[in-house]
Order: sequence, then C-alpha cells, then structure tokens
Amino acid sequence: MENAGTSQPPLTARAAGLVACTQCGRVHDAETAECRRCGSVLKSRDTTSLQRVMAWWVAGLIMYIPANLYPMLRTTTLGKDTSNTIVGGVIELVKHGDYGVGGIVFLASVIVPVGKFFAIAYLAFSVHRPDTMHNKARQHLYEVVEFIGRWSMMDVFVVAILTALVQFNIVLAIHPGIAAICFALSVAFTMLSAQSFDPRLIWDADEASQP
Amino acid sequence: MKPDEPLDLDSLIACPVCDLLHTDAVIPVGSQARCHRCHTVLMTPRSQAMTHIVMLATTSLILMVAAVFFPFLDVTAAGLERHSSVMDTILAFSTGLLMPLSFAVAALIVVLPTLRLVAILYTVTPMAIAYKPWPHAKAAFRLAESLQPWSMAEIFIVGVAVALVKIGGLATLKLGPAFWAFAALVIVTALKDTFMCKLTVWKTLEHRSPR
Repeated sequence: MENAGTSQPPLTARAAGLVACTQCGRVHDAETAECRRCGSVLKSRDTTSLQRVMAWWVAGLIMYIPANLYPMLRTTTLGKDTSNTIVGGVIELVKHGDYGVGGIVFLASVIVPVGKFFAIAYLAFSVHRPDTMHNKARQHLYEVVEFIGRWSMMDVFVVAILTALVQFNIVLAIHPGIAAICFALSVAFTMLSAQSFDPRLIWDADEASQP
Repeated sequence: MKPDEPLDLDSLIACPVCDLLHTDAVIPVGSQARCHRCHTVLMTPRSQAMTHIVMLATTSLILMVAAVFFPFLDVTAAGLERHSSVMDTILAFSTGLLMPLSFAVAALIVVLPTLRLVAILYTVTPMAIAYKPWPHAKAAFRLAESLQPWSMAEIFIVGVAVALVKIGGLATLKLGPAFWAFAALVIVTALKDTFMCKLTVWKTLEHRSPR
C-alpha cells in the first residue's frame, strides 16, 4: 500500500485536518462526530486517555496487594487446613519437582502482572518525554502488554478447576481464597488500563520532531 | 501528496494505531498491507473469507455446546470418584462470598466467547449467503471486536493443564470428551480469526449497507 505522505513529514490524519476512525480506518472531516462506516465515536486524539490509563492502573495495583497477601487456595486434608498464596503455590510446585509448570505459573501470575504495571506506567509517562526509547520499541511494548496481559487470568481458572474437581468431603477438599477475586479484578483493571491507552500518542512526537 | 491539496476522503485510509494516512489501494488476495510507519497489519484479504468464517464460527458454536455440557474431567481420590463438566467448574464458586468470581469465570470462558461467535455469525452470514447485511450488523460487529480480549477460552485450556499437574499427586485423573471439544474449539476459533480481516469486513459492510 502506498503511503500518502512519502515526502517529509509523515502525513497523519490530524496533520491533514482530518479525523480517522480507530476501529475501521475511515477518514472524515475534522468536525465529524461519528464514523460513517462503522458508527464508532470519533476523536482525533483521546485527550482523557492518560487519565483513564492511570485510574485503572491504580485500581489494579490496589487489588494486586491483597491478591498476594491473602490465600488463593485452601486445601483441607482429613481436617487439616493448608492455605497457599500465589507465590506459595509456585514454591509448592517447585518443591514437588514440577519446574516447568511452576515456571509457567510464576510467569503468568508474578512476572507478567508486575511487568505490566511497569510497562503501562512507562508508556504513559514517556508520552511527554518522547526521546527516551524509539517509537517502534514503545509500539512493540504496547502490543506485548495488550497481548500477554490477559494470560494472567490463568491462575484464576486453575483455582476454579481445582475447586470444582477436588471435593471429597473430609478426605480432600479445595476451596478458593479471597485472593482469587482480588487477583481476577487486578488483571481485569490492568487490561482496561492498557485498552484505555491511545497508541497514536506514541507517534505524535514523530510528527512534531520533523518540521 | 501535499496537505493543501483537496483530499478525496473515500480514497484514503488511516492507520488505526498511528494515524498515518495511506491511499486505499485494492490489496491482492493472500497478501498483507502494513502501515508504513508502525508496521501494523492494515488489511489481509483472504479468498472465500466469508464462507470460511461462517463455517468455522458455526463449528466453534457446536463445539462450545459439547464443551460445556459433556463430562470434562473424572477425578478419583481415595476410592471416591467425581465427574465434572465445565458447568460444574462455573458453579464451583457459586456459594458465599466468591459468587462474583463464578460469574466472572462463566463470562470469560463461556458467555463472552459464545456472544462473540453469535455476533460474528450475525454480521457475516447474511453477507455470505445473500448480499445485504442484516440491520444492526455494524453494532454486532463492533460488539464482536470489543469482546475479543475478554474471550479467554484458550487461557482456560492452559489453566486446565496446570490444574492437572497440581492435583496429579493427590488424585487420579481422566480427561473426558468435553476437554477435547474445548481444545478443538480453541484451535477452530484461532483458525477463524486468521480469516477475519477487520478493515475488509468494515469496508464490505459499508459498501453493502443501504445509505
């Protein structure tokens, strides 16, 4: 496909006095409020984007704290109760020698959520300091966050499956802990945070730096 | 193209990610159009795409019914046996404080993926069989697009694998037909998504909708 703006600077819809739909790519006059092709609300730049990103980010972080402090699973074996937090569950798996699965759980429930908090915060703050990292690298970071973030929900499903399967009265029973809710909410909130981010903000600096 | 030239809006398309303007060329079937600046895939038309989408989405829906109601896993521990379907997994949380979690799990693995499949079928089937889309097809496709990150059937399958390892030491397990239905559902859905080119669907919808 040919680039309409092969001559410098890169010609964006905003620079041409137009507004583009982020859903379907249709270009409209700047005053148009609703996309004629798909009916989405049009905004040249989402000015409230960063506010919403940070609001969901903080909500996610608040939920992430109890998610790690409270037990995720409560196992009852012949009247004895043992509780496991998220990290405790990983340690248990490693102790049994299940390094592979332990690694997957550690990746999905610890590395990905923590990495996501840093990545979203970095993307939001670097909008105003555009020369910290190359645009393409930041775009990649954003795509990775969007793609991988949902996989943290895995641990919640593990709890759901175990609770449904392991119900043998007093012999052996597994119950969900309060951390399961907190963790599910934390993952949902950080997903909303990432979705609120307007990736066009990453590229606006590109436009401004080339007069 | 210079910014001061009059622009023909119908011949332009803007990258949904970085707002860069491109001329909207006809893309040969089987090739990809990428954004010049951020390299986001803009369009990847496939031959017979609509027929394939209808067939694969219908297959997914049928598999979903099997996955939800057939026995999913059999667990044996200390001489006691327990069958459970995905329905049981969902209902596992339905007591006490953790009720909201059961709603969330049900939504993420069954309700939202099903809703998304129905919305896609509603949008594409009339266009594949006849020519004109049904009323509200645009709203249906917007809904399908917004549900994509929240359909987590594939994450559930990985969660099942982790859960199997976790209780491997406590109980004996047998996989039921629903597990395989779910695994097939994940593959068929992924295959269907490779045929879905968002921008092409939107352009077709616009082209065939009555003005």
